[in-house]
Amino acid sequence: MTRDQVLDLYFMDARCKLIELAAFLDRVDRSEGEADFRLAALRNALPLLASPNAERAKAVLMALSDPTVDPIPAAFGKGACGAWPGAPR
Amino acid sequence: MRYIEPHAHMVSRITDDYEAMRLAGCEAICEPAFWAGFDRSSVDGFYDYFCQLTDYEPKRAAKFGLPHFSWLCINPKESEDMGLARDVLGIIPEFLKRSNVLGIGEIGLNKNTRNEITILEEHIDLAAKYDQLILVHTPHLEDKFKGTRLILDVLRADSRIHPGRVIIDHVEEHTVEMVLEAGFWAGITLYPESKATPARAVDMVERAGMKNIWLNCACDWGRSEPLAVPRTAIEMGRRGHSKEAVDALVFGNPVRFLSQNPRFQIS
Repeated sequence: MTRDQVLDLYFMDARCKLIELAAFLDRVDRSEGEADFRLAALRNALPLLASPNAERAKAVLMALSDPTVDPIPAAFGKGACGAWPGAPR
Repeated sequence: MRYIEPHAHMVSRITDDYEAMRLAGCEAICEPAFWAGFDRSSVDGFYDYFCQLTDYEPKRAAKFGLPHFSWLCINPKESEDMGLARDVLGIIPEFLKRSNVLGIGEIGLNKNTRNEITILEEHIDLAAKYDQLILVHTPHLEDKFKGTRLILDVLRADSRIHPGRVIIDHVEEHTVEMVLEAGFWAGITLYPESKATPARAVDMVERAGMKNIWLNCACDWGRSEPLAVPRTAIEMGRRGHSKEAVDALVFGNPVRFLSQNPRFQIS
């Protein structure tokens, strides 16, 4: 596909998601209390969108992933939250 | 359009979903054992669940002309309790004789714990002893990258396992390459939020090639879309992929993998 064809197919969808993300960050700013590690993880990933890297989706996923290699001793709950608590804040 | 749904938890879906999938071109459904959303209290709960997967659910699917196949295991979310997990592993062999069972799955990891890894190894041992195909679940979200690496290590450590008989499901952009490069099949799961969208799935296929990849909806009791595979086929068409290429991905590939078990027969 040409770039224009990609834009024709996906620009409005990407525009919508970008505005949703901006509105989410505004909503967080308007709210009270301390934010947990998830907000820092999301903010740390944002610059990856503007990078010249052609694998931005992979880079964002890696920025939100647990990079450690050893199994943990036991599970504390079953769920995942989408960001790694151990990431620098 | 024709397609195979190789991973769907139909016990959690309404009968209308069977009809909608059939109308969309589905030719067969495969259902791996999974977590019910709560922990079962004993092996008896799994016995009943395996009966549901191998007896009741095929009859429900057959009402819509859909062959129904299943995979058996204890899901990694429940394998932290190793006593229960081993009790469940003990009853699986008697169910492997049932005519719609294709293999062991969806095994894998959830929070990447030592107990989960031990039970994963024991599932792999069971699959090797009974010469079964393997369907692997990779962890969710932040745990996926680490878990996928650990799973690959465990699989590669067992010389009886042939990568071409193992599909590692729920790959995303950061894990698809390592799975395919290790010789395993890769499954892309289409979820509204937590896994891949149709557009991202087609991106991955365009980059990685479609040789050993299947698509699945993994629809269950959470937010999920039983028609995600045909929607992704439409997405491929919007980008100019040929009908033959779409057919190879959504029908030919799952048939090629699943036919390694001669029980997988569709008319």
